[in-house]
This record gives sequence, structure tokens and C-alpha cells, in this order.
Amino acid sequence: MSLSEELEALRNIPMFANVEPTQLKLLAFTSQRLTFGAGQDLFRRGDVGDSAYIIISGEADVLVDKEGTEVAVAKAGKNEIVGEIAILCNVPRTATIRAVTELTALKIPKDLFFRLIAEFPDMGVQVMAELARRLHRTTQQLTEALAKLEDR
Amino acid sequence: MEPSIFKFILRHSLRQQIAILCLTVGSFPFLYFSLDLPKIIINDAINAKDFPKALLGMEFEQIPYLLLLSGIFLILVIVKSGFRFSINIYQGLLGERMLRRLRYELYSRILRFPLLHFRRVSPNEMIPMITSEVEPLGGFVGEAIALPAFYGGTLVVIFAFVFIQDPILGLAAISLYPIQGYLIPRLQRRVNELAKQRVQAVRETARNIGETVSGVTEIHAHDTSQYELAKFAGRMGRIYEIRYEIYQRKFFIKFLNGFLAQLTPFFFYSIGGYLVIEGDLSFGALVAVLAAYKDLTPPWKELLKYYQRQADARIKYEQVTMQFAPADMLDESLQTADPEPDERLSGDIVATNVRLEEDDQVKIIDGVTFTFGLDEHIAIVGSGASGKETLAMLIARLIAPTGGRLTIGGRDLADLPESVTGRRMAYVGPGSYMFSGSVRDNLFYGLKHRPLRPAVYDEETAPVRARALQDAVLAGNTGLDPRAGWTDYAAAGADGPESLRVQAMGLLDLVEMDDTLYEMGLRGTLDPGERPEIAERLLSAREAIHERLRDPELAGLVEPFDEAKYNDNATVAENLLFGTPVGADFDIDNLAESPYVRKVLDQVGLTSDLLEMGRQVAGLMIELFSSLDPGHEFFDQFSFIEAEDLPEFHALLGRITKEGLEGLGADDRNRLLSLPFKLIPARHRLDQIDDDMRARLLTARRAFAAELPEALKPSVEFFDAGKYNAAASLQDNILFGKVAYGQALSAERVGAMIAEVVDELGLRGEVLEVGLDYEVGIGGARLGIGQRQRLAIVRSLLKRPDLMIVNEALTALDDAVQTRILRNLIAEMKGRGLIFVSPRASLAREFGRVVVMESGRIVEQGTFAELDREGTRLHELMSAG
Repeated sequence: MSLSEELEALRNIPMFANVEPTQLKLLAFTSQRLTFGAGQDLFRRGDVGDSAYIIISGEADVLVDKEGTEVAVAKAGKNEIVGEIAILCNVPRTATIRAVTELTALKIPKDLFFRLIAEFPDMGVQVMAELARRLHRTTQQLTEALAKLEDR
Repeated sequence: MEPSIFKFILRHSLRQQIAILCLTVGSFPFLYFSLDLPKIIINDAINAKDFPKALLGMEFEQIPYLLLLSGIFLILVIVKSGFRFSINIYQGLLGERMLRRLRYELYSRILRFPLLHFRRVSPNEMIPMITSEVEPLGGFVGEAIALPAFYGGTLVVIFAFVFIQDPILGLAAISLYPIQGYLIPRLQRRVNELAKQRVQAVRETARNIGETVSGVTEIHAHDTSQYELAKFAGRMGRIYEIRYEIYQRKFFIKFLNGFLAQLTPFFFYSIGGYLVIEGDLSFGALVAVLAAYKDLTPPWKELLKYYQRQADARIKYEQVTMQFAPADMLDESLQTADPEPDERLSGDIVATNVRLEEDDQVKIIDGVTFTFGLDEHIAIVGSGASGKETLAMLIARLIAPTGGRLTIGGRDLADLPESVTGRRMAYVGPGSYMFSGSVRDNLFYGLKHRPLRPAVYDEETAPVRARALQDAVLAGNTGLDPRAGWTDYAAAGADGPESLRVQAMGLLDLVEMDDTLYEMGLRGTLDPGERPEIAERLLSAREAIHERLRDPELAGLVEPFDEAKYNDNATVAENLLFGTPVGADFDIDNLAESPYVRKVLDQVGLTSDLLEMGRQVAGLMIELFSSLDPGHEFFDQFSFIEAEDLPEFHALLGRITKEGLEGLGADDRNRLLSLPFKLIPARHRLDQIDDDMRARLLTARRAFAAELPEALKPSVEFFDAGKYNAAASLQDNILFGKVAYGQALSAERVGAMIAEVVDELGLRGEVLEVGLDYEVGIGGARLGIGQRQRLAIVRSLLKRPDLMIVNEALTALDDAVQTRILRNLIAEMKGRGLIFVSPRASLAREFGRVVVMESGRIVEQGTFAELDREGTRLHELMSAG
């Protein structure tokens, strides 16, 4: 896989959809591309978060701790960004991400991510939009869950 | 030290000065005769008629006589020059020797300064004093006596000549000298004063610059750069003013001299003319006097110059030596005295009403009295300003008390030579200074008190050493040989380097330093010529690693070097060299300029491809990095081109568009060619190196190795699977390949794999040994403060002291580590004295006895259990954390 392919992958991520190609190229050039074997953890719940990952290929489980055992609550796949919460608000990792297939990801260090947002406000807005979308979704899910609770 | 430079000169070089004087006087007859001979040649040989002439019982015709006299003239010239030459050499030698003596004396005084004095002087002032300020004194010393004697003598001779011609004219000739003699010293005095001020102003400036460098963080953090600039400009202004005034006055003195010198002929013409007209003086005599007066001017000028130079030298000397004579200097004998054989400290340390007051009457230690046994372990606790650190330094005899008495085994601490305090006691302070050199040098530093084993010299070096020793002694320097064996193995309980190393390793374990040392060892290099057996075993580690890498799970972690294969995880440069550069010839930054590399590239037809690659890389760098601030950290981390060079490359690309790659000048080609050498395909993922390019780079690799000229062979150490690479680190030698980019946690997994292999082959000790050669940098800058603190503890323990004083010396380590190391230290010092100035009161728990200090006094003493209760100061300190 080469830089130009990674660039293509980045452009398919909604968060970066409107970011200038040059900025994306810089992001691709300055971040590390890592390959994880199936079963290998990208990071573990509770770790100090120092980077976010953009999955370029492969699939991963999002695992949370439930009464001492790990439970998969979601899946993350191609073109998704994981681990951004820990670096955005400085909290330990909220979940474990484990590759279920061989997985390739771009590792974006925290300061690089922040720097890009600071230097390219466009991208900051995109990140905000993505986070707002997720918040909206979570709020919706919460509302639905509450409604279900009340129904009972 | 001698109070004035003349006393210094007379005391240390009287005999040599007399010798120079004798040489000078000895040259006078030849000088006189060589002035006289031309007259004889003209009058007696060329213009004369009465030949043959008799000389030394032989008869000479005119031509042979002329040749004889000319021959004598030639010999006189040679003799005269010979005299001048030997006088100059001898003066220079004497000057250098005296300068060496002076510098040595000043430096040795620094070693004897009371410690508190270092708060008042800064190295930024002391360094230029010893190095540059005293430099001109050397030149002065050589001529200090001979020059005034020589020119003074000449003057007297000429005066005498003038007086003999006519006493009145003689009086006229010297009539103005008394005026000059009166005026000039007065004028000069003010110049001297200014010169003193100038020296001080320059010194202050030096301190100012030093402070700026040390405090630069504060300057940035407080936006005070303009303030600092203003202060600096103020200082420069002061120096400028002083210098300007000096110039004015110096040139006024010069003007006055010149004027007075020209005035004298006025008297000659008027008085002499009158005398000639009146018939009291012959015309010839007046001409002779005028000619003699012309000869008078140069020596007089030289004397005046000398007068100014000696004034300069005197001031410099006084100004410098004043700074090196603080009160309470350590007595020299305390440093030179040798200890009694097998001297040990025993008995009690007793403090009786010990006090320490600073200049301004601040009481740092205010009447401290205690008795500690030399087998006790004591913790001193207290708040920051309690004086606990100072007390530790007093006990270590690093500071002398201003009142009271400190004794150890009944002997006054103040009378103990450093050979006892510095060997039987060990002091570790918070600074833990490391000297530039290896870890090993620093660990064994505390064992180098005296030369114990003479250095071995061969036939060639022995005379050199003998001469060096003689010169050192003549200049009043120490004759001790820095190359001798200084390390005192016995003091560490060892019998040689090997057992000392074992001792050191044990102690490094004690401070939990072995892992760090292991890392240093892996990064270090080894000379296989010196340690062939270790190199051999490291090669078997290489085999073991490559055995492991056959496992498909691990295979992706490392890409081994293979002569027949392109390594995607290495730079293009490494692939081309297929080796480690030694020195600058094939350094990655110089590779594009190396004529041999260019020849190889041309030969395999790669130059234009690499240029094209360089163009693409430059284009990408400009695209990616142009929009960033020049100081952006990405430039350091990622860019192939430094920020300030980007515009240059931008222009370069413009030229390519216009004229094509062929139209580039040599500089542009070099610049462009240097870029692709840094490419690592697996890391940069730029697609530029395809299989075809790989194959051609391999061809270039083979061509590079095949035709490497003999002269360049030492500049590269080729990768060879069966050979140890002296230029590469231990780790690179074991791996013999590159850690692969793009594998999760590859560096950690490879590190673990290497550790496994190293342990399996029992190589850890050898790696640690290489770690001992790790260079710590200036002031230990390449080590963390925590590492420095650990090494400082080991350095002290190696001496096996009877009393160890640890003064806040583990503060950089986290609490758990600090406690563990402290426990190890306590166990190690069992039966010997240990005084621990504790940064945290809770650490006192580990000690048999606790001393609590406050405001320079001991407020509580006892066992931890006794003091650990409600209402005590210790309790208060502990609850404060």
C-alpha cells in the first residue's frame, strides 16, 4: 500500500471528506501505517490514549468490560476512526479495540491530530460535525432506550 | 600569590631574566662594530690609496682587503641575527613558561576556593581570566627586564655622545625629557584607571551573556528580551565610552610625545646655529649631534611603548589575581598530604555548638550539637530552609563552620587532609555532577586520587614524557602523569580492572541501573579487535535471532540484510553502501557530493533516475510543508528539506521546468541528488522505488563494493553476515537487519526478542560492559537526572567509605524506587556510617535514628518510634507530605 492509496482511503472518510487533498496528504505522510494481526489489540481500555487510528482495511471489535468479562458492543471497519475520544478529551481509553481480521490502520499521534485541527480550521469543523453526528445518534439511542424503559 | 607582576617575574624567573639581559648586553659590541664597519669599508678600503695594508701580520692589496672587510661585515650580520634569534626564542620560551605557571596557579586556586565563594563568582568570568585575559602577560614577561635595559642603555650611550660633542647642546637635547617624564605618568595613570574599569566592564558583560544563556527560558517565558537587550546595550555603551576615552588619552600622550620630540630640533637649530655662528661649535659637530638625535627617537619611543605595556600588564595581573584570592582558601597541604596507610575513620562524629553564618550575618546553622557513632544510620529531616543540606555539607567538610567544632574520632575535621575526607567519607549531593567521558570513567572517578602505576612508555614516547615532565616542573606545574594508572583498585576491594567491574556491576544492581545500562550497551559499539571473543558471541546471537525470525509469526518484524536483496526498511543510502559509513566520506548528507558515489551512479546509469526522484521528492516536500511555519516540528520529524531551504528548492524546481534536468548546475544537481538517498520505501510509501529501481540499485551496490578504491575502504564497514561490524551498534550487529515499519509494536517485540537471545547466550554481562563505555556527554547531559543520581551513589559506594553522606541525592526518582534504593543502600552500609538528608520525612522510618532540624537548629532527636507521635515536629513534617 502506498501513500496515494492511503490518501484515497482518507478521502473516503466522512470526517475528512471536505479537507483539502494537500492537508490529507500531509496527514498520510506524517502518520504511521501499522499492520495488526487478527487478535492483536490496537489499544486496551484504561490505557493512556496517545493516538487515534484510522482503519484502512480489516475489521475490529469494540470491547467493553462487563462484570469482569469483555463484551463486544460494536464493530469498527474500513474508513472508520477509533480512539479519538481519549485524545480529544484526555481520558483513558473507553474501550478495547481488537482486530478480528488482519487490519491495517493509520496511527495519528495526539499532537499531530490537534495540530492539524488547529492549523486547518476546516478539518476542525469536520471533526466537530462528525462528533455532533455521533452525539446526535447517541442521544437518539438514549431517548429510544428511555422510551422503552418507560413503556415497560 | 605575588602582589605584583614584577614580584612574580623576579621570584620565578630572575635567573632567566639575567640570562636574557646578558645575551642582550653581549650583543652590544657586535651591534656597535657592525655600525662602525661600513665607515671603515668606505674610508679604508674603497676611498683609500695606501696599499698594501698590514693586518694581523699579513699584507693585503685593495681588492682582497675590501673582500676581507666585507666578509667580516657578513659574519657580523650573521652573529647579530643569531643573537637576536636566540634572544627572541628565549624570551618567548620564558614568557610561555611563566604564563603556564600563572595559569596553573590560578586553576589550582579554584580547586582551593571555599565552596561558598562559588556563589559569588561565575565561571563566565573565571574562564576568560585564565584563558584569554592573562595571555598578553606571557609576551610581557619575556621583555620585562631586557627591553628597558637595552633601550635605556642605547639612550645613555647616545646622550653621552651628544654631551661629549657639546654640553649645552646635550642639555638642549634632554631638556624636554623631564617634562615628558613628569607629564606622561600622570596622563597614563588615568588611562590605567580606565583600563581597570574596562576589564571589569568586559567581565560583567561576560557574566551577563552567561546569565542570558542559563536563564533563556525565563527570558522567553516573561517576554523580557527587550529588557535584556537594553541592559546589554547599556553595558556595550559603557565599554564604548571607556574605550573611547582611553583612545583619546592614549593618542594625546602619543601626540604630546611626538610634539616634544619635534620640538627638540628647534633648540638644536636655534641654540646650535647660534653657537656655530658665534664660532663656539664646529659645523661638523652640529651635524653629528643632529644625526645622533635622530637615533635617539626610536629607543625613546620603544621605552614609552614599554611603559604603557607594563602599565597594562600590571593592571591585568592585579585584576586577575585579586579575583583568585578569596578569604578562607583551603590550605594547600590539605590537598597534597598523603594518607597514612590503611587509614580508617572510627569513633564518633561530634559536633559542638557548630555555627555557620553567611557574610550578611544570616545564621544558616545556629549552634548544632550532636554525637553520632560511625556505625549509625541517621536521617536528617526538616523543611527546605531548616539547614539540613548545609549540615550535611559541614559534616562532609565541604564547608567550614564559622564557629564551634566538628570532630571525628577526636580529630578536628578542619585539620583532616582531603586524602582522608575524600576517601574515607563519601558525599553525594543533589547535583550529582558527571564529567564528560564514559559511564565507566565516572564510576571510577572517586578512585583516582594519586597515580599508582606508572604509565608504560616505549623508546619513542619515553623521551617525550621526560621532556614534558621537565617542562612541567620548570613552570611550577605538577609532575604527576595523567596517563599513569590512577584507579585505586584496592580501595574498592578489587585487584584489577576485571574485579572492579564486577564490584561496579553489583552496585549498579543495587541502584536498579542495570536495565538502563543494558540499553546503553545495545546502543554502544565494540571494537572486535580488542574483544574478539565477545564479537564472536554476538555473532552467534545474530544467528539465534535469525533462527527465530524463521517463525512466520515473527518473520515480519525484521527485514534482514541480504546482499542480493533490496532492503525496503533501510534508506536508499544504506542500500547503496550496504554498510555503515565510518567518518564523513559516505555520511548520508555527503553522499551526493562524493565523487566516487557519483562515478558509480553514472556507471550504472542511475544518476538521471535519482535526479528525477529528487525532483519528485522536492515537489512533494514543497507541496506538503510550504504552508507550515518554518519552526514547525514536522520539519525535524518528517521533512527531507529544512524550512529555510524550501524556497531554494522551489526556485530549483522552477529552473527545471524552464531548462530541464540537464540544464542544472553542479550545486543544483548535488542538492537534488541528496534527497532520494534518505528515502525508506517502507516508511515513506512514495511508490518511487519499484522493482526495476530496486534491481538497478542492487547493481549500483555491487559496483560500489567492487571498485571501491583502497583509500576509501576505511570509510565504510560493509554488512557481512559472518562478520562483526565495528561501526554499528551492538543491537544492529545482533539484528543484522532493519526493524520493519508498519508492524504493530515491532520495536518492543524485537527488543524482547533480543533480550531473550542475549539472556539465553549469557551475553547480558558483556552488553552491560559495553554500556559502561557509554559517553555521558558534557556534564552528563546524555543521561537523565535520575540516572546521574544513581551513578553518583555507585561512584561513592565503590570507595567503600566509612561514612556516607547522602544529601537529597535521590530526589529525581519516584517514591517507590527511592524507597527501594534507600533500603538497598542501608543494607550495603550496614556497620558503617550513613547520614541521609531526607527529602521526605516519611523516609526517616527506615533509619535507626532521626534528627529533626528547623531554622538551623536541631529540634528533635531520637528513634523513629519515639518521635512518631502526635505533637512532634517530625509528625508535622510527615503529615505535610
